[in-house]
Amino acid sequence: MKALVAVKRVIDYNVKVRVKSDNTDVDLANVKMALNPFCEIAVEEAVRLKEAGTVSEVVVVSIGPKACQEQIRTALALGADRGIQIETDEMPESLGVAKLLAKVVEEEKPELVILGKQSIDSDNNQTGQMLGALLDMPQGTFASEVKVEGDKVNVTREVDGGLQTVALNLPAIVTTDLRLNEPRYASLPNIMKAKKKPLDVKTPADLGVELKAHTRLLKVAPPAERQAGIRVSSVDELVDKLKNEAKVI
Amino acid sequence: MRESMEFDVVIVGAGPAGLSTACRLMQQAQENEQELTVCVVEKGSEVGAHILSGAVVETRALDELFPDWKEKGAPLNTAVTEDEVYLLKDPKQGTKVPNAFVPKTMHNQGNYIVSLGNLCRWLAEQAEELGVEVFPGFAASEVLFNEDGSVKGIATGDMGVTAEGEQGPNYMPGMELHAKYTIFSEGCRGHLGKQLISQFSLYKGSDAQHYGLGIKELWDIPAEQHKPGLVVHGSGWPLDKETSGGFFLYHTDNNQVVVGLIIDLNYKNPHLSPFDEFQRLKHHPVLSRHLKGGKRVSYGARAITKGGYNSLPKMTFPGGLLLGCDAGTLNFSKIKGTHTAMKSGMLAAEALFEALSNGDEGGKELERFNELFKDSWLYDELYRSRNFGPAMHKFGQLAGGAFNYIDQNWFGGRIPVTLHDNHPDHAQLAPADHYEPIKYPKPDGELSFDKLSSVFLSNTNHEEDQPCHLKLADADIPLKQNLKLFAEPAQRYCPAGVYEIVEDEAGQRFQINGQNCLHCKTCDIKDPAQNITWVTPEGMGGPNYPNM
Repeated sequence: MKALVAVKRVIDYNVKVRVKSDNTDVDLANVKMALNPFCEIAVEEAVRLKEAGTVSEVVVVSIGPKACQEQIRTALALGADRGIQIETDEMPESLGVAKLLAKVVEEEKPELVILGKQSIDSDNNQTGQMLGALLDMPQGTFASEVKVEGDKVNVTREVDGGLQTVALNLPAIVTTDLRLNEPRYASLPNIMKAKKKPLDVKTPADLGVELKAHTRLLKVAPPAERQAGIRVSSVDELVDKLKNEAKVI
Repeated sequence: MRESMEFDVVIVGAGPAGLSTACRLMQQAQENEQELTVCVVEKGSEVGAHILSGAVVETRALDELFPDWKEKGAPLNTAVTEDEVYLLKDPKQGTKVPNAFVPKTMHNQGNYIVSLGNLCRWLAEQAEELGVEVFPGFAASEVLFNEDGSVKGIATGDMGVTAEGEQGPNYMPGMELHAKYTIFSEGCRGHLGKQLISQFSLYKGSDAQHYGLGIKELWDIPAEQHKPGLVVHGSGWPLDKETSGGFFLYHTDNNQVVVGLIIDLNYKNPHLSPFDEFQRLKHHPVLSRHLKGGKRVSYGARAITKGGYNSLPKMTFPGGLLLGCDAGTLNFSKIKGTHTAMKSGMLAAEALFEALSNGDEGGKELERFNELFKDSWLYDELYRSRNFGPAMHKFGQLAGGAFNYIDQNWFGGRIPVTLHDNHPDHAQLAPADHYEPIKYPKPDGELSFDKLSSVFLSNTNHEEDQPCHLKLADADIPLKQNLKLFAEPAQRYCPAGVYEIVEDEAGQRFQINGQNCLHCKTCDIKDPAQNITWVTPEGMGGPNYPNM
């Protein structure tokens, strides 16, 4: 069984995101980039399925400029077998990403497609679902447990107020939540080996997809800064302020 | 059981010294069509993440290493256009020193204002293109020795160890990296370098080493205030007469300014807080006129090895070399260490390549390096500036400055005397009751800030569940000795708020917030009892400096 994992290069979660002074976008100049944490969990899950003997090959795919090969290599160091980069300098929207991935799925014919539930930069939480619709495949989103049994996969989903388990016919799409697993560290020998693993580069045109923009970014603004607090001298003053200034009681 | 890998050369630290060694080694291997395996380990999450420097860079070494650096796109974009030097008298007044009275070494024509982090990122790309294996996120935590006592290589730290020291669910044992020769280029006060210095008595015959603490911020400023290429240096206020140091303010590209203060770590007053000195310094009109209306983007700190020629340890030992600021090749008279660190790496690469291509199996002391070093411009430069620091310490800022002016401008650094300063920095603190505590002004949130919001901007992070990487030899010393005698100066010298004396019902306790650590190493240097040892935390941990 083949597993396809989609991964995204995003700003590292340790970096305090800063908005450009002209409010056009987030400042990415020389900022540390990393594998999207949800995608890392997706890679880990696929590798664990491979180690358990369920999956025979793990293919990672990423869409972006040449630099995103770094993240593909990271995934290969974690245990994936080969990589595909779809090279574009644009920042495709979720629908564009899903269309490109759908073409890759048609070519690769994996039984299992694993994606992060969302990327920590744009936080859209759409690609997995759109991919399911485009391919007419069953989807198990926000997975906290994935069990392949025969030609089915049981996915435990983190839903409001509890857990829901769904059984999907393979091939299927799974999007990962935070509790699914805790990714391993890449070891030095595996990082070295990853440099030699195959990595194909394609363009959207190769896949016959034309990327279109459906939204336009108007402005990016940082959240308002928190105002300094004040010290009140008595309970009465506090009550008064809550009543008359904050108007919350 | 740890796995091991073999290389010809293993390099610890992806800074200017280590990366120059790697690049020069591979260039020679390619010129001579030889196979060479070279690996660089770096504790930061990526190359450049832990690099912090002014920096005005002299290109001499880079010109030699990559004569075509411009075509190759090295990030040296802002040539110095103007030098200004000030003496600050008090919070309001400052005098501009006429150019003719500035020591020659402080002139910066032909130099570039750069982000050293970005320069290292570029150097790492060149190294990888030449075939070097660069591994960021792996901290060299241990030196390995052969049976004959020579250095065999290093071990990277274990990953996934819990705070209690047990193996967590993601535990991954470290790797042994064995090499014919191992290069230690960890930067100032590298923790393996420190161990090697003592093990091989490398300081024998040298003066005590001296250090400074540099604190730096990066600012976005309004375009109309921006003068790319302007370099401002100065000294005086807010430091008193017995505390030496100086500030820098450079206009780089993209409407950005870097500003910083270097305080020599031989200061006496235990109440002094380098962080707060820097914050109040920015209110001086000489600096604030550049910063007003701007926004702070980044913050960081790093210790500087500044003892120079007189304090330089022996850089060779069986099986390895100590290079760059790990040894102390910075030229303090120029306040520059990049070109000298790079040159030390290039000389090392030449000695290494000569040995390896003659079939050397490693583990020897590379005497050839010492010969190459003695014949180099690096040695000449360090020798000529040997008096600069000691003069400032001995005669104070003014008379010391005058001495340096005469030495550098009239004698070209060859004045026939050598001044020594043999008091280690940690032994300089006077008891706290000899001084009044210093009342620092409250930060205004526009020019000056508190420590925690500053550390926030360094993007520093350490995996939460791991053993503390700041080791106390004796856990009682902070409260019983340092607090009583020196009002525990760690609370103030640490620019990241790592050390706190906390009072609760149980009484006083010394708290170490290792997660805040910026890896500046000041505690390891300045603790009066030399009780704190900085060791590497789990790889990837520490600051994530962009453009610093």
